[in-house]
Amino acid sequence: MSDDKTVDDTTVQAPAAGPQQTAEVPPSASSRFLREMLSSSWLISLLAIVVAILVGSLLVVVTDPAVQKAAGYFFARPGDTIAAIFEAIGGAYASLFQGAVFNPKRDGFVNQIKPLTESLTFATPLIAAGLGVALTFRVGLFNIGGRGQILIAAACAGWVSWSFDLPAPVHILFATVAGLVGGAIWAGIVGVLKARTGAHEVIVTIMLNYVAFYLVAFLLKTPGALQAPGTTQNKSPGANASAVYPTLSDLLGVGAFRLHLGFIFVILATILVWYLFNRSSLGFRFRAVGENPHAARTAGISVPSVYILAMVFSGALMGLAGSSQVLGTTTTGFSDGVDAGIGFDAITVALLGRSRPWGVFFAGLLFGALKAGGYTMQASQGIPIDIVFVMQSIIVLLIAAPPLMRMIFRLPAPEGSPKPVRISAQKAVTK
Amino acid sequence: MKLELRGITKRFGALVANDHIDLVVEPGEIHCLLGENGAGKSTLMNVLYGLYRAEEGEILLDDEVQRFSGPGDAMRAGIGMVHQHFMLVPVFTVAENVMLGHEQTKGAGVLDLAAARAKVREISNRFGFDIDPDAVVENLPVGVQQRVEIIKALSRDARVLVFDEPTAVLTPQETDELMAIMRQLKESGTSIVFITHKLREVREVADRITVIRLGKVVGEASPTASNTELASMMVGRAVELTISKAPANPGADAFVVTELSVIDQLNQYVVKDVSFTVRAGEILAIAGVQGNGQTELTEAILGIQPRTSGSITLDGTELLGRSVRRVLDAGLGFVPEDRTEDGLVAEFTIAENLMLDRSKGAPFVKAGTLQLKTLEAFAEEKLAEFDIRAQGIHTHAGRLSGGNQQKVVLARELSRDLRLFVASQPTRGLDVGSIEFVHTRIVQARDEGIPVIVVSTELDEVTALADRIAVMYRGGIVGIVPGDTPRDVLGLMMAGETTGAAA
Repeated sequence: MSDDKTVDDTTVQAPAAGPQQTAEVPPSASSRFLREMLSSSWLISLLAIVVAILVGSLLVVVTDPAVQKAAGYFFARPGDTIAAIFEAIGGAYASLFQGAVFNPKRDGFVNQIKPLTESLTFATPLIAAGLGVALTFRVGLFNIGGRGQILIAAACAGWVSWSFDLPAPVHILFATVAGLVGGAIWAGIVGVLKARTGAHEVIVTIMLNYVAFYLVAFLLKTPGALQAPGTTQNKSPGANASAVYPTLSDLLGVGAFRLHLGFIFVILATILVWYLFNRSSLGFRFRAVGENPHAARTAGISVPSVYILAMVFSGALMGLAGSSQVLGTTTTGFSDGVDAGIGFDAITVALLGRSRPWGVFFAGLLFGALKAGGYTMQASQGIPIDIVFVMQSIIVLLIAAPPLMRMIFRLPAPEGSPKPVRISAQKAVTK
Repeated sequence: MKLELRGITKRFGALVANDHIDLVVEPGEIHCLLGENGAGKSTLMNVLYGLYRAEEGEILLDDEVQRFSGPGDAMRAGIGMVHQHFMLVPVFTVAENVMLGHEQTKGAGVLDLAAARAKVREISNRFGFDIDPDAVVENLPVGVQQRVEIIKALSRDARVLVFDEPTAVLTPQETDELMAIMRQLKESGTSIVFITHKLREVREVADRITVIRLGKVVGEASPTASNTELASMMVGRAVELTISKAPANPGADAFVVTELSVIDQLNQYVVKDVSFTVRAGEILAIAGVQGNGQTELTEAILGIQPRTSGSITLDGTELLGRSVRRVLDAGLGFVPEDRTEDGLVAEFTIAENLMLDRSKGAPFVKAGTLQLKTLEAFAEEKLAEFDIRAQGIHTHAGRLSGGNQQKVVLARELSRDLRLFVASQPTRGLDVGSIEFVHTRIVQARDEGIPVIVVSTELDEVTALADRIAVMYRGGIVGIVPGDTPRDVLGLMMAGETTGAAA
């Protein structure tokens, strides 16, 4: 650790260095943070989950009434406390599992496996939005505007879903595309502002979240706009049946699965994003700009247009999340809370998935499972779902600060990364 | 003060940057630390200055063992450092910069600027510096800024002064002045460690020379040793200091710059009314001290300077106002000044870096999809052709040495069909062996009939490569002279003197 520190010192001093190397834009703190975060290993993700589970257990234990009661006579009968602790933790994670994957207490396989499909349903928009955030991370941008983009996308997809009468497959496609376009435009505004004026995307996306929220809220209480006709509630009409994503039950004819077509779309999106970054020339340019915009510019890559395109793509993925909300999950009309915090959870998902497409996919599955299981845990064990949120937050916290993780687990600083430190060490060596 | 380093060993992971280095600097001695880039000179000095902690070995000042846990300790012990990149706050005055870090206050936290001013004056007078304590640092010429650094070190009673590559940013005349200052300091009993890789300076000023190679002391040399001897000690083999190059066989005017001006973000002219012509098959070297508009000139050619006027034509086509993409497509090969920043994506593999400026269309992209097989074959070929020392084409560029990084950039730029080649500081920070290679390739490009522009602040490089030399000063061209113009004339031109120089 001491080495890290001294090397860091030189990093800190380096930028203060040349009075003549002014004009060039130095790598911002946020891009350095991004690079550090993306270059740390999968091991850290795994360890972060482990730590989060441990902290979660601790919270379950200290908030459990049985444990509290037993702890009152701990010195008389310590065994009781220990038993209560194990019961609390066991009960919590058992119910989490039953709510998220498989519940053997129910009748019939179809009912037993339903929790898994619930997890996948919760995961669907998380993965889509997570991919959206991850895409911008790889280009060196932060898209905090998931909420706004999802709201706008939901409004667009929703409006198409109840305003038209079309045959099912066409209507589904049309409504979905409307959502994608809505999200893409909302995020595209940010890209254009960033490219043209240099406005920081974090500020702009956050501000556009408010704009989108109040815009949608206003439209939802305006008769003739998004408000359901004949009501005074701030709620939209339901989607026409022809625009609603078919569910797994529709396909199999059994059970009451809510898992819908959106999940297939999300798998396709994951493959597409993988292709984009690993095989396409556009993705190559995206990555080049994300890693070193200066070199990309010198090599004739138009950095502004990459920023715009990346935001548009990211917004479209957010749009997929929005579409799947209104066409798959909440098809009976939505309110201004239709984004369900997905835009922010997506940041967590992208972080946990290291911004790699399949990493995001599995991180989304994990978070979907935590969400589905969390509700069951609350219902059956009386454990507040907030504990799940705490666990999610701890995962982000630990992943966002790799040095902290390395300190906790005494891991060596990774070879070849983190980048800024390494460069300065090299420079110092190569003089 | 006598400085002694005993058995200093510093490792970075598997890399041994300093391997049991012993060094003795006697009081009142100028001790030169000579070595290639990457030899471990700066690491050693960072150990001395408390920035790094050595795994083994000890530092002795006047025969007492010292323990530094940071630069503060080193300063208190009497070690001062003049960094290659100045550690000055540009918007502060000289006095403020000098007091920074050990500000004296008179009660109630009010800065005692008067004391700082007096100190600056006192030291200035002692060495005849003539520095106004109230001048704002960013308005001072580079050579004067360096003196502020020296004053800063001396104001803390430094009795061992380390100069880390101090001449990189100076004109030849300023360098001479610095040498005089170093001698003066030496007279007053200060021990000086002078880090450099420029042989001429070493021989001029050093009392003793220690040569470091690959982290080890390979020997001592006397200042009377010849350049060739010193160079071969540094590199470990005999080196060609001058490349053999046939006389140029220039063709027609190919690249014409007419009255080019560039305005920067501060609304200042950084390039003003520059006109020159490069013929096919000739190397025009652009000499000048760093920061006299060379960077902006090359950036204007590339098309990344937003506010330009005038005209740049290549084979009759106007380049000014085109996007970088279209300038490159017109046949420009461009080696940027700062290869780690502008030339390479450190996190990309060698192969990916080799296609960085060809991410659209053939040969590496078909239907928007990367042609990985083509790229791999191409990368393997270039790895061999340019002798890039790496584990393979999938090694990240950031893990290569400077010389190999530059070879990657050259391999990329020279493998397109070029009609103009611009290399900015092509050998900055490279070892002698790589310099040889880079120079050979540049001359080769010339001999293929390509007009070549080499921008360099190193006079040695300019005179080695140039068929003609344009000297830049404060954004303008002072004159364009033949390639065999003597150094002292070039030196005067670099300082802005036009009289009798422009031939």
